[in-house]
Amino acid sequence: MGQKTVVTPGRLIAAPENFITPVQVKAARPARRGFMRGALAAAGGLAAGGALAQSPQTAPFVESPPAIPPWTRRLGPGVATLGYGVPSKFESNVQRRISPGLTPTRETSVSFTPLQNLFGIITPSGLHFERHHSGMPEIDPEQHRLMIHGLVKRPLLLTMDDLMRFPSVSRIHFIECGANSGMEWGNVAVPTVQYTHGMLACSEFTGVLLSTLLEEVGYDKKNARFILAEGADGSALTRTIPIEFALDDVMVVYGQNGEMLRPENGYPLRLVVPGVQGVSNVKWLRRLEVGDKPWNAREETLHYVDLMPDGIFRQYSGVQEVKSVITSPSGGQKLLDKGFYEITGLAWSGRGKIRRVDVSTDGGRSWRTARVQEPVLTKALTRFRIDWHWDGSPAFLQSRAIDETGHVQPTFAQLRAVRGRNSIYHNNAIFTWQVQPNGEVWNVQLG
Amino acid sequence: MSSSVNRQTVAAVVAALLAGTVAAQTKPAATDAPRFGFGRTPTAEQIKAWDIDVRPDGHGLRKGKGTVAQGQEIYDTQCASCHGVFGEQINFHQTPLVGGATAADVKAGTVAEFKKSNALRTTTNKLNYATTLWDYINRAMPWTNPQSLTVDQVYAVTAYILNMANLVPESFELNERNILEVQMPNRNGFTTNHGMRLVGGKPDTANTTCMSNCAPAPKVVSDLPDYARNAHGNLAEQKRPLGPVRGIDTTRYESGGTAVASAAPAAAPAAGPQPKDLAARNVCTACHGINNKIVGPGFTEIAAKYAKREDGEAYLAGKIKAGGVGVWGQVPMPAQPGLSDAEAKVLAKWILGGAK
Repeated sequence: MGQKTVVTPGRLIAAPENFITPVQVKAARPARRGFMRGALAAAGGLAAGGALAQSPQTAPFVESPPAIPPWTRRLGPGVATLGYGVPSKFESNVQRRISPGLTPTRETSVSFTPLQNLFGIITPSGLHFERHHSGMPEIDPEQHRLMIHGLVKRPLLLTMDDLMRFPSVSRIHFIECGANSGMEWGNVAVPTVQYTHGMLACSEFTGVLLSTLLEEVGYDKKNARFILAEGADGSALTRTIPIEFALDDVMVVYGQNGEMLRPENGYPLRLVVPGVQGVSNVKWLRRLEVGDKPWNAREETLHYVDLMPDGIFRQYSGVQEVKSVITSPSGGQKLLDKGFYEITGLAWSGRGKIRRVDVSTDGGRSWRTARVQEPVLTKALTRFRIDWHWDGSPAFLQSRAIDETGHVQPTFAQLRAVRGRNSIYHNNAIFTWQVQPNGEVWNVQLG
Repeated sequence: MSSSVNRQTVAAVVAALLAGTVAAQTKPAATDAPRFGFGRTPTAEQIKAWDIDVRPDGHGLRKGKGTVAQGQEIYDTQCASCHGVFGEQINFHQTPLVGGATAADVKAGTVAEFKKSNALRTTTNKLNYATTLWDYINRAMPWTNPQSLTVDQVYAVTAYILNMANLVPESFELNERNILEVQMPNRNGFTTNHGMRLVGGKPDTANTTCMSNCAPAPKVVSDLPDYARNAHGNLAEQKRPLGPVRGIDTTRYESGGTAVASAAPAAAPAAGPQPKDLAARNVCTACHGINNKIVGPGFTEIAAKYAKREDGEAYLAGKIKAGGVGVWGQVPMPAQPGLSDAEAKVLAKWILGGAK
């Protein structure tokens, strides 16, 4: 290590010291000086410190090359040490998290996907955001049943074995909670993209098209207008799905990213209603009833309704409109140095594909069109990137998505002019990350 | 959305081909038989047992009745601990059951309160139909013991809540007929006339793709208050420590000061036999706060009560396993058959030690 450095918060520090965290530097220093006892003591101190409990144990820091690192000089564990692999222990910062104070208990709560740590468009299943209303049921798939009835010729009771015999499809779609970004309707409330946009995930789902099942039961083509979907959890959550969606691309899903659904995401069966707010994608699906009128369920009256300035609630809002956000650099982060940065983020629309994404670094005064990563799929996350040279001056990063219908993501001012500030749901406004001269990035809203 | 565009994607092409193949191979005969024939026909009894939904037009309503007075008895023992004796509780679900509507609102069918910013939103001032209240109590309440009330009990509790909201008189008996006539204050307060219901709907906004000189110089009108800097835990621990950026160490300021103490870091609980994890995994924490009552008493309240009792640990372990009622109130704590004796002991010891 060529230079002696003191880790001072807020200073931009060159490599190599900066490539490890201040905590790791502290742990490594005694070892570097060759005092193994010191290193062990430091490690013990780390383990005892509550706030640092998540930091992985780091190897003693030695400059390599020229040193040959310890992992090169020993035999490692063999194959199938873990029958089901887990992320590296050095990735322990990458966690679903809850927003403190949002809900009093975890059983009716939400956890957020750490978008700031993710690449590409697929959300690892273990990081998919969660929203439960009565906690997570543990369902025995052999005993799970799906009942389809109502305005049908042949009511049907299906086991998982039955369901998995039907012709299947695999499709990549996003799921976004209707309340995603809801805490920001009035003003800035939370620090990072995990909390502003993390009720969002994108997976490859495998299952049976609902239209296949509706044909199988002989649904009443003349009178069927809506489908009720119901969960098998303690809240027996219900949502009304319009027949237009049901016959188009709604899926009854058991597979997620190549394996079965995770328990917290609906194991063994869930509905996926592409492009429609998360609550309609009913987890732990046990029943589908075909009907001629909407059900006016609790989750379509007391919640998931948009309060407008005239005091009227919009009911059955579902389509998640065109939206995008920059995930790096983003709120709560610090740029390590001036120079080249790749600005990257995600764009999506419940109305179809993303046509284009523009990025501004001056708070929306001027825009450049970003590169969009293939594949660009309908009702799926789309990754965008653009080059940026940070010269150390203040900057305001924004992204603006346009979907295939030509709809352009709105500004906060445009959205609030129609919907006011009390809505809670369906906030798809352009977000702003303020880059300060010290390299810190913070969530702001512009006037 | 255009289906021809969709099919340009590889996944969709594969799906379309697959669906086409299946359709070709299994094209139904002219008869009305099912195409695949998987599964069973549910019996009438099976359908009845699961078909619990109720619509505002009365579809699905079950015959039954219950009075306000009967409802109060059930409410006080099974509902009040969460929702408050007068339906006023706002901590639990952030929505009180009653309040926020006037007699004039009931007459008009819309609630003036909702035009205010930070309007008081309650179950009964927001709902348009009493059937939705009945349906949710029937399917999901009491929260820790759902689908345990009889049909008549659900009518009774619904009647009592409607009475607390001044929507039915104290002498009222609710049944499957008059529930359709209850005039909720917000019955005209909903609209489906908007562009976000279906994919082809018209958006509210019409932003343009202006590329230069689009906006005035940026002026920050809202940012994170200083006291909230560390409210989500240390952001340095929420970003992978690799790559061009790091999470900000929000426990410190550049000037060297220490930030306001953070709330508990919000990480998902780590797996492991820690008593705290055990409590979370077995959903003890749904009803017991560390220091505060949620449904049942807080853990430190329990510790204070039994600290001096010699067999406190064994007694508590037994209570945790077997459940009980009457010690702290009339809301029963369910038995925990899934918990081993050893786990119950670990929890008892942890609770008596102050639940740290």
